[in-house]
Amino acid sequence: MESFASERGEPILGALVAAIQARSGELSDLDGALGDGDHGINMAKGFGMCLEQLSARSYGLSEAFSTLGGVLLDEIGGAMGPLYGTFFRGLARASKGRERIDAELFGSMLEQAIAGVAALGGAKAGDKTLLDTLEPALAAYRRALSEGKPFSEALGELAFAAERGRDSTREMAAKVGRASRLGERSRGSVDAGAASACVILCALAASMRTLLEEEAT
Amino acid sequence: MQRIINEPGEVVGDMLKGFLKAHREIVAATGNPRVLKYSGAPVSGKVGVVTGGGSGHKPAFVGYIGRNMLDAVAVGEVFSSPSAKAFLDAFKAADSGKGIACLYGNYAGDNLNVKMAVELAEEQGIRVKTVVANDDVPSAPPAERSKRRGVAGEVLMWKVGGAKAALGGDLDAVIQAAQKAIDNTRSIGIGLTPCTIPAVGHPNFAIAPGKMEVGIGHHGEPGTRVEDLKPARDMAKMMVETVLPDLPFRSGDRVATLVSGLGATPVMELYILYDTVEAELAKAGLRVRRSYVGNYFTSLEMMGATLTVMKLDDELETLIDLDAQSMGLTQFGR
Repeated sequence: MESFASERGEPILGALVAAIQARSGELSDLDGALGDGDHGINMAKGFGMCLEQLSARSYGLSEAFSTLGGVLLDEIGGAMGPLYGTFFRGLARASKGRERIDAELFGSMLEQAIAGVAALGGAKAGDKTLLDTLEPALAAYRRALSEGKPFSEALGELAFAAERGRDSTREMAAKVGRASRLGERSRGSVDAGAASACVILCALAASMRTLLEEEAT
Repeated sequence: MQRIINEPGEVVGDMLKGFLKAHREIVAATGNPRVLKYSGAPVSGKVGVVTGGGSGHKPAFVGYIGRNMLDAVAVGEVFSSPSAKAFLDAFKAADSGKGIACLYGNYAGDNLNVKMAVELAEEQGIRVKTVVANDDVPSAPPAERSKRRGVAGEVLMWKVGGAKAALGGDLDAVIQAAQKAIDNTRSIGIGLTPCTIPAVGHPNFAIAPGKMEVGIGHHGEPGTRVEDLKPARDMAKMMVETVLPDLPFRSGDRVATLVSGLGATPVMELYILYDTVEAELAKAGLRVRRSYVGNYFTSLEMMGATLTVMKLDDELETLIDLDAQSMGLTQFGR
C-alpha cells in the first residue's frame, strides 16, 4: 500500500507556500471582482509567516499544518483566517502522532478539515464558497479509493475535481459572505475562496505524489 | 497612488505606532500589537466595552477608545477583520470581571472571528455578550435586516454602550441599550469616487465621472443604483427619503443625526449636506436633539458621505448626551 513518512513536512509545506505566493495576484484579482481585492495578499502573508516560524529546523507534516493553522487564526483575520486556520488545524489533528500517511488517513484528514470549515462558516454546497471546491474534491477522492485506485491516482482525482469545483462557482450566485450582498451580480466570476482552496488542494496532491514516487523508488 | 506611506504592506502597524504616540494621554498599547486599550482599562467595577474591525475607517475603530467610550479595540488589516486572537486579547484587556460587551459590525469575517473569540473567552472564564450592528438600509431589504451591514451607526451604538457601562449598567443592561440603539438607527451612504487599499495598489471598483453610487458600502460594496451627480440638497433629500420610511421614523420623534465623510470629501461639503438634511428632517416633524457632522467613519480616500439617524427615547437621549472623551468623539454633558 502506498504511503509516505509523516516526518516529510518540509517539502509539502514548501510547495503549499510557493503555490499560494505564486498565485497571490490572481487570487487578489478574483477577490477584487466581488470583494475588496486583498485575498491573495493576506493568504501570501500568512503562509509566508508560517514558513518563517518553522525555518531553520525540520518538522513533520502535522506540525507544519498546526503551525500554519495557528498563524492564519491568530495573525491573519478576515473571513479566510479562521476558515483556513480551522482547515489546517483539522489536517493537523487527524495526522498527529501518525508515522505514515496513507490513502485512508489522508481521507480522514480531509474529512476532519472540511467538516470544521463547514461548521464554522455555515455555508452549503452551491453557495459559491471554498466548500464548492473542497467537498466535490473529497467526494472524488473517496470515490477513487472505493474503486480500488491507489493513493497517487486518488490524489490526481482530488486535484482534477478541485479544479472543476472551482470553475463551477463561476455561474453561481453567492449566498453567504460579503459577495452574497451582490446576489445575481456575483455570477460570472469564480469565487476567490474556491480558487485558493483549489490552489491548496492541487499543491497538496502534487507534493504528496512526488513523495510517494520518491519512496517507491 | 499618491499616498503618505512607507511599505504598502505595513500601513496598519505604522499607523498604530503613530496613533499611540499622538494619543498617549488616553490610549495605551497591550501585549498584542493589534490591540489598543483605554489607558484606564480595565476600569474597576465596569463592564468592558469592546469592538474591532478592519483598518482604513479612521477615526473608527481605535479613535473611539476613551473615557465613557470603548475600553479596547481589536485592529485588522485594511478592510479585513481582526483575528479571533486579537478579539480575545481585546476582551482580556477590557475585562474587570464584570463581563464584556462586544459591539461590532455585521461582516462575514468579523462574525467568524468574534464567534471564535467568544468561545475561547468563555473557556477562560470571561463572559462576553455581543451586539451586531446592521444599520445600512440599502444593503438588504427590510425582510432581510439581519443581512445588512453595520456602518456609521456603529459610532452611535458605541456611544450608547460606552455611556451605559460608564453609568454602572451591568452586562445585560449594556447589551440591551446597545441593541436598542442599533435597532433604532438607520443609515445610507453615497460614493462619488473609489478607494485604493495601499497593498493592492489600484482601486477595485470604478465610479464614472459625473456619477454616484447610491447605497455604497464602507469598503466600496456596490450600492443599489448608480445616479447622475446632483446638487447637495438633492442628495440630502434622497438620503433622508431612504432612511426615514425604513424604521419608520414618525412625526414628533426625537432623533440624533450623524453625517460622516468617507475620507476625501471636504468637511465643508458635509455641512452643505447637513443643512438640507436637517431641514428635511424638520419637514417630516422630527426633532434633532444632537447632531454630529465630520469624518466619523471613513473608507480610506473615498469621496462621499453617509447619513445616520437614530430615534431617541429618554434612555438613549441620556446616554447620547453623557460627556465623552476620545480621539474621534469628545463632548461635554448638557
